Amino acid sequence: MPGSITTDIIGGRGAPPTTRDFGGDDGDSGGRGASRRASFTGLLVLLAASIMFFAAFTSAFFVRRGMSNDWVDTPLPPVLWFNTGVLVASSIALELARRALRSSRRAAFNRYWTGATVLGVLFLGGQYLAWRQLNAAGIYLATNPSSSFFFLLTCVHAVHLVGGISALGYIEAHGLLLRLGPSKRTAVDVIAYFWHFLDAIWIYLMALFFFWG
Amino acid sequence: MLLGLIVWVLTVVICYFFLGHYWWFPPPISQHGQAYDVQFNATLWVTGVIFFLAQIALGYVIIKFRDKGGVAKYSHGNNALEAIWTSATALLFIGLVLAGTRIWAAVHFEEAPADALRIEVMSKQFAWAFRYAGPDGKFGRTDLKQINDQGGNPFGIDDKDPAGKDDITSASIKVPAGKPILLILRSRDVIHNFFVRELRLKQDIVPGMEIPFHFQADQIGVYEVPCSELCGLGHHQMRTTLEVMSEANFEKWKQEQAAQK
Amino acid sequence: MSSPIVHAAHEAPKGFIRRYIFSLDHKVIGIQYYFLALFSVFLGMGLSVLMRFHMVYPDAKVSLFEKLWPTGAAGGIMTPELYLSLMTMHGTIMVFFVLTTAPQSGFGNFFLPIQIGAEDMAFPVLNMLSFWTTFLALVVMVAAFFVPGGAPLAGWTAYPPLSAVGPLSGPGEGMGQSLWVISIAIFCGASLMGAINFIATTIDLRARGMSMMRLPLTCWSWFVTAILGLLGFAVLLAAGVLLLLDRTAGTSFFLPAGLVVNDQILNHKGGSPLLWQHLFWFFGHPEVYIAILPGMGLASQLLATFARKPIFGYRAMVYAILGIGFLGFFVWGHHMFMSGMNPYSAMAFSILTMSIGVPSAIKTFNWIGTLWGGRIRLTTAMLFALGFVSLFVSGGISGIFLGQPALDLYFHDTYFVVGHFHMIMGVAAIFGMFAGTFYWFPKMFGRMMNETMGKIHFYLTFLGVYAIFTPMHFLGIAGNPRRYADFTNFEFMNNLMPIHKFMTHAAIFTATVQFIFVINLFWSLKKGAKAPANPWEATTLEWTVPSPPPFDNFAGKHPVVNHGPYEYSVPGAPKDYIMQTDPA
Repeated sequence: MPGSITTDIIGGRGAPPTTRDFGGDDGDSGGRGASRRASFTGLLVLLAASIMFFAAFTSAFFVRRGMSNDWVDTPLPPVLWFNTGVLVASSIALELARRALRSSRRAAFNRYWTGATVLGVLFLGGQYLAWRQLNAAGIYLATNPSSSFFFLLTCVHAVHLVGGISALGYIEAHGLLLRLGPSKRTAVDVIAYFWHFLDAIWIYLMALFFFWG
Repeated sequence: MLLGLIVWVLTVVICYFFLGHYWWFPPPISQHGQAYDVQFNATLWVTGVIFFLAQIALGYVIIKFRDKGGVAKYSHGNNALEAIWTSATALLFIGLVLAGTRIWAAVHFEEAPADALRIEVMSKQFAWAFRYAGPDGKFGRTDLKQINDQGGNPFGIDDKDPAGKDDITSASIKVPAGKPILLILRSRDVIHNFFVRELRLKQDIVPGMEIPFHFQADQIGVYEVPCSELCGLGHHQMRTTLEVMSEANFEKWKQEQAAQK
Repeated sequence: MSSPIVHAAHEAPKGFIRRYIFSLDHKVIGIQYYFLALFSVFLGMGLSVLMRFHMVYPDAKVSLFEKLWPTGAAGGIMTPELYLSLMTMHGTIMVFFVLTTAPQSGFGNFFLPIQIGAEDMAFPVLNMLSFWTTFLALVVMVAAFFVPGGAPLAGWTAYPPLSAVGPLSGPGEGMGQSLWVISIAIFCGASLMGAINFIATTIDLRARGMSMMRLPLTCWSWFVTAILGLLGFAVLLAAGVLLLLDRTAGTSFFLPAGLVVNDQILNHKGGSPLLWQHLFWFFGHPEVYIAILPGMGLASQLLATFARKPIFGYRAMVYAILGIGFLGFFVWGHHMFMSGMNPYSAMAFSILTMSIGVPSAIKTFNWIGTLWGGRIRLTTAMLFALGFVSLFVSGGISGIFLGQPALDLYFHDTYFVVGHFHMIMGVAAIFGMFAGTFYWFPKMFGRMMNETMGKIHFYLTFLGVYAIFTPMHFLGIAGNPRRYADFTNFEFMNNLMPIHKFMTHAAIFTATVQFIFVINLFWSLKKGAKAPANPWEATTLEWTVPSPPPFDNFAGKHPVVNHGPYEYSVPGAPKDYIMQTDPA
C-alpha cells in the first residue's frame, strides 16, 4: 500500500516477486506485494501526468480569460448537473462493488460494477447531449474563448473517461466470467481509484466553469 | 595521455581566439552599448577563467593519474572542498546576474523620457515599415482593410482620419543622434524581432501586442537591422537599416518627407 | 485462455514475433529503442549536413536535391523554405527521437531493471507499447516530408502564429505542420508510458539491500529524468492540442486579432502567441535536462569505473541530480527574455537559471575530483566519458552569458545560442550515448567492440565537434542571426563566411567519421570477441550476470546488495573492486 513506500524507499525490501502479471488464474498471491505496490505507484504516476495536463489547460484558461474582453461565459446546460450526479453515483457504485468483492459476495460485486459501468456510459451520453444543446443555442468550439475551453476540457475529460470505461469493461468481462481471483484484486482497486480521480477532475471542471467561465 | 594534451591545446587555442577578438562585436554607438560591453567582458573573464582552469585540470588529471600500476586513492569525497567550490560558484554566477540588473532595468523597467521621439514600427513577412507622426505630432488611426503595401500604406492609415494625412512612412528607420527614441513595435502577421548590433538591443515583435522599446543612439552612421525571430521563408532577407543622423539632417529629412505628401 | 497481459516468469517466449518484434523483455525493448535512435540520428545528421552545405553554397545546383524535392529544390537549387523545413525536422528528430530516446529509453530500459536487481520493468506490456508508440510517432513525423507542401518550416519550437495559420504563412505549414503536431502528441503518450515504468520500477522493484542511496548514479539519473518527462510532456501535449485546434478548428488560443497574413485578414480574436511559448518552454526546459541527465549519470559511472575510485561526493551527486531536476521546472522563462513577457519575471527566471549552474558545477568539480588520485584506464568508453566532461564545461559556460537577460539583449536568436545548445545537447549528450555504447555493448550483445576503431572514431569526433561548434560562439558575438537560410543579404556577414565554410567542412568531415562507429557497431555484433561477464571489472549489478544476460536477468536468483555502487580500490580488499552483491 502507498503508506509503506516511504520505509521501503530508504531501506530496500524483500525479494522481488516471481510474477509480474496483472491477471492469470493461478490464484498465486505469493510474493505479490511488490507487484501490488508497483501498480499503485504506476497509478500515482499516471494521475500526476493527468493533473499536469489539466493544470496546463487551466493556466491557459486563466491567461486567456484575463487577456482580452471577448470572454463570454458559457451557459452551463442543466443536464450537466444530472451528469455530475450520475458520475458520483458511479463512483459510489464502484466502492460498493469493491466492498462486496472484499467479502467475497461475487454476485453483488457484479451488480454494482455493472451499475457503475452503465452509469459511466450514461455520463458520456449526457455529455453528448450537453454539447448538442450548446450547439442548438449557437455555441460551438470556436464561438468564443470560453466555449473553446468548455468543449476542449469536456472532450479531454471524456477521452479519459473512455479509457476508464474500457478498464471498467475489462473487469466487467472478467467478473461476469467469474475470473476475478485475488490476483486481479489490484487491477480492481487501481481501476476504481482511476475512476474516482476522473470523478474528481469532473467536479473540478464544473467548479471552474461555474465560478469563472 | 594524448587526450589530456588535446584538451590543453584546444583550451589554449580557444582562449587565444576569444582574446584576439578576431570576429567581434561592432563598436557600440550608445551608452547602453558601452555598459553592455563592460558586463560582457566581466562575464567573459569570469567564465574564461573557470573554463581555462576546469579544462586544464581535466587535462592534468588525465595525464597525471593514468594507470601506471599502483593503487588509486580510496576516497568518497571531501565535504569542505564541496562546500567551498559550491559557494564560490553560486556567488560568482549570481553576482554576475545582479551586476547586469542595472542594464536590464535601464532598458525595460524605466520608461522612455517624455520627450522621446515616437516611431511606430510595423514588421511583416518580409519587410519593415516605420511611421513618424509628421508636423501635427499625431499618429493617424489605422484600419486593417486599408493596408496597401504596393500603394505605400503598409500601416493601413485610415484615409478618413485627418491626423494621418501627414504621417511619414519609411522603409528604413532614421533617428537623430543623441536624442531618446521610443519605438512602438507592432507585427501584422507572425513574430519578428528588431535587432541592431551596434545598439546591443533587440526585441521580439509579437502580433496582438504593441511593445514599447526605447533607446538613444549617439553615433552617426548607417546600421543594418536583421530580423531576429524566425518568420518564414523570407526571414533571412528581412533587412532594413537604422540611420543615425545629426539633428539638423534629421529635421531636413523630415521636411523633405512632409513636402512629398 | 491467456490474456495478453500474462507474462510467466522463468520461461522465455517462443517465436520470432514474440521474441524480437512485440517482445515484453525490457532488454529487447531497450535495443529496439537504441536502433530507432540510431536511425534517427543518422537522418538528423544528414539533414544538418544538407543545411550546412546550403548555408555556404546557397546557389549550388545539385541534381540530387531536385530528385528528392521537385518543388522545394526546383532546378536543383534548394529554396529557403526547403532549408527551413530541413532545419525544423533536424531539430525535432534530434531532440525527440535521439536525445530523449537513446539515453533514457534505450540504455535505461535495458539496464535499470538489472542495475536494481529486478527481473524486468514493472509493466512489461506497457513497456512494449511505449516502444511501438514511439515508432508510430517517428513514422508520422517522417511522413511530413512526403505530404503536399512538405515538412513544416517553423522550427522545432513551432511558434504561432507562424505555425498556427496554416499554409498562408509558408509552404509546409499545411499538412506537414499538422502531422508534426500529431507526431509530437503521440510521442508525449509514449513518454508517459515509459515514465510510468521507470518510476514504478525504481521505487518498487529494487532488490534487497538496494536502498536508494546505494543506487548507481545512472539509476538516479533515469529516475529523475522520468519524472521530468512525466510532468513536462503532459504540458507539451496540452500545448499541442491547443495548437492543433487553432490550426484546424478556428479557435484562437494563440492567435490574436488583427492578423493580416499574405494579404488575407484573418478573423481570429484575442489569443496570445506568448501563451504557446510559456507552455512549450515549460516542457522545453525540463526536456533539455532529460537529454543531459542520463549522460551525467553515465559519466559518473564510467569515471568511477575507469579511474578505479569511488565517485567523489556520491551524496552531493545525488542532490545535484535532484536539484537540477527540480530547479529545471522553474527556469523556462530564460528562453523568453526577449519575448515581450514581463521584464520583472525575466529577472526572477535569470536568478533561478544561475542557480542551476551551481549543481552543474558541483558535478563537474566532483568528476575531476573522482579522477584525482585515480588509476585511469583509457578505454574508448572512458575517452567518451572524459570528452563528455570537457564538452559539458564548454557548453555549460556559454549558458552563463545567455542566462543574463542583459546580455541576451544581443545574443538571443544568434549563433551564440546555437553553439551553446549544440555543445551541450548535440555533442556532450551524444558523447554520453557513445560512451554508453562502448561500455554496455559487451553486456547487451555478448561481444566486445573494436577498441582501435573506437579510439580513432573518438579522437576524430572530439576534434571535429570542437571545430564545428566553437566558431558558432564567434558568429554570435559578431551578431549572426540564427535560422537564416543564407547570409548574402547583409554586409556585416560577408566577413563571416570563412567561418561558415570552415564549419561546413568540419561538419562534413565529422559526419563522415561517424561511419567508423557504425561499421564498428555492426561488425562487432557479428565478429567481436566474445565478452566475459565483467570485462571492465566493474561493480554494479549488470556485471554479475552473463553477457548477454539470461531472459529473466538473474536466472531465477534474487540478488542481495551489500555495498554501495562504486567501491573501487578499497584498502584491504582482495581486488581493486568490490561488487555490490559481494558478501558484506
